[in-house]
Amino acid sequence: MAILVDSNSRVITQGITGSAGAFHTRMSHAYSPIFVGGVTPGKGGQWFDGLPIFNTVAEAVKITAANVSMIFVPPPFAADAIMEAADAGIELIVCITEGIPANDMVRAWRYIQDKNCRLIGPNCPGIITPGAAKIGIMPGHIHKAGRIGVVSKSGTLTYEAVGQLSAVGLGQSTCIGIGGDPIIGTTHTDALKLFNEDPDTDAVIMIGEIGGSAEQEACAWAKDNMTKPVVGFIAGATAPPGRRMGHAGAIISGGKGGAEEKYEAMEDAGVHVVRSPAEMGSKMVEVLKANGLL
Amino acid sequence: MKLHEYQAKELLRRHGVPVPPGTAAHNVEDAVAAAEALGGNFWVVKAQVHAGGRGKGRFKEIVDASVLEQVVAGASDVPGKGGVQLCRSIDDVRAAAELMLGNTLVTKQTGLEGVVVKTVLVTTGADIEQELYVSVLLDRAKSRLVLMASTEGGTEIEEVAAENPSAIKKVWADPITGLGNWQAAQMAYELGITNKKTVRQAAKLFKGIYATYMATDASLVEINPMVIGSEGDVVALDAKVTIDDSALFRQKEIASWYDESEDDPAEVEAAKAHLSFVKLDGNIGCMVNGAGLAMSTMDIIKHYGGEPANFLDVGGGAKKEQVVAALNIITKDPAVRCIMVNIFGGIMRCDIIAEGVIAAVAETGLEVPLVVRLAGTNAELGKEILAKSGLAIIPADTLADAAEKAVAAAAGK
Repeated sequence: MAILVDSNSRVITQGITGSAGAFHTRMSHAYSPIFVGGVTPGKGGQWFDGLPIFNTVAEAVKITAANVSMIFVPPPFAADAIMEAADAGIELIVCITEGIPANDMVRAWRYIQDKNCRLIGPNCPGIITPGAAKIGIMPGHIHKAGRIGVVSKSGTLTYEAVGQLSAVGLGQSTCIGIGGDPIIGTTHTDALKLFNEDPDTDAVIMIGEIGGSAEQEACAWAKDNMTKPVVGFIAGATAPPGRRMGHAGAIISGGKGGAEEKYEAMEDAGVHVVRSPAEMGSKMVEVLKANGLL
Repeated sequence: MKLHEYQAKELLRRHGVPVPPGTAAHNVEDAVAAAEALGGNFWVVKAQVHAGGRGKGRFKEIVDASVLEQVVAGASDVPGKGGVQLCRSIDDVRAAAELMLGNTLVTKQTGLEGVVVKTVLVTTGADIEQELYVSVLLDRAKSRLVLMASTEGGTEIEEVAAENPSAIKKVWADPITGLGNWQAAQMAYELGITNKKTVRQAAKLFKGIYATYMATDASLVEINPMVIGSEGDVVALDAKVTIDDSALFRQKEIASWYDESEDDPAEVEAAKAHLSFVKLDGNIGCMVNGAGLAMSTMDIIKHYGGEPANFLDVGGGAKKEQVVAALNIITKDPAVRCIMVNIFGGIMRCDIIAEGVIAAVAETGLEVPLVVRLAGTNAELGKEILAKSGLAIIPADTLADAAEKAVAAAAGK
């Protein structure tokens, strides 16, 4: 099995009747029929494409034994939705919503520390174990089951990496979009640890971007602990300081968080760095061959 | 969203932070009237622009270009009067307001184009014994708010962090309890404050800026300097507040303060079309879906020896109208010699993008080469639509292929 999600996952969608929630529940469920229900307050008792709708996550968990939630709740209410899921005993919370106020996330992040759960996102494309479980907005058809793990802060750049891997014949064990916000649940470090322990993952593509220091922290861990090869790329080497590059977290502030310092950390940790985003797939082939894995 | 100093001080005042009395004025007469109403015999007139370095900034209409170059280079000893002036008479106030209002202030942060001053803050002077730095911001590594302070007031915190990091003191607030009274007092003592009255006032100011941060959904509240007077009283002499854009929906009053003249016109237009856009200095315009891929597109252009003209993310669910708006904004930049469209269709279908591109070209009568790379959902269909359109579009298959073609086209090859 891959990491975090597989065909045994039992998934609900919070915000299942909103336009994005409805569309992506359909797409994900069509790819991997692991959805068992949804939540929209006030619509409990109704049905969505054969899936039962509940008023609360607690009720959904009680009736369906769901252990994963995919959140499409609008930004003003999304942090509350994360806390509701954590309180109801959901083990894996995947929050797709972009634009949650940072103050709300400070509280939600603090709240879930005491709960038995993992958060992915927010502001992320979700997580996919190709052929088994798609929980998010990524296009399923570009993926291919295999043994490469992918972790990235970005959506379409993850698709780019996956597209390159699939094109050179390398499938993926699990791909996690950890999100582009300043406060996220699962970090690069967490993802590397999970991939390192996963017997079905041979190597990892780690994609970072400017802002914060999460990549450096992951590299500090990887330097002493990672036993599998990692190919790394950082987006935003050309980004000017002090400007937010689309993602709420993608900003070089106070001279910190630039691409160069992240690349240096990667090189120091033995990560196989590519400076061109077009070379992620070909570099992985090269690295696998050098390690006798291909 | 950045706020002006006078707006930041108004928010701080509402949350119990002592700030010197002052009034914002948009014309010279109001500035003079404000000084008269404040009374006394000493005033400070401060240009209200978002950029820092106002005091050392100079006015484009007044000084020579060579002086402005020194300002932008960060020189501190340049001739002429700046965007912060100390005035000892009403006539001085009038002269300062006349110099500033309507003129273009160039600081080391604005670049040579500078920014037009539309508002000045007329405020009283302060009795300054000691200057400190204090701020509240998000510590991303800890996912908590941090109260950060240093005894090196008046200096930019980045400089202190680089040269004397041990001078920076930090305490982290638990979001469940907020910033504790003990933490605020602890910070005052760590800064070496001993006077009992000053400790009390400083702690109250720290709690006040934390309260301001929370109540206004800020992403930064910075007081630099916070001043201790000869009697031991504490006051916020200068203030900078930035609001979290994601929270503006519930900060309606503050959102209404938005001053679009401070931003690049193309960026303002892009924001209205719900596009994420940042103007850069190069000559290859970029239109991409997704922030990470948009940054990577800039990076690969640079990798192949080109220079990106902008960052532009059309978003995950962009429709034809947004593609048209995006191409319109890019083509308005006279520096653009080539446009590179890079779309990895996920939810966004490449055929929709192709139709948007054709509509945009029809509308704008594109005059520069257009390199289009489509991948992912319905990519083949999208390519077919473009090929049949009869437009002189340069198709590309991969990211590298597109970047190489765009760099060559921009160079006129």
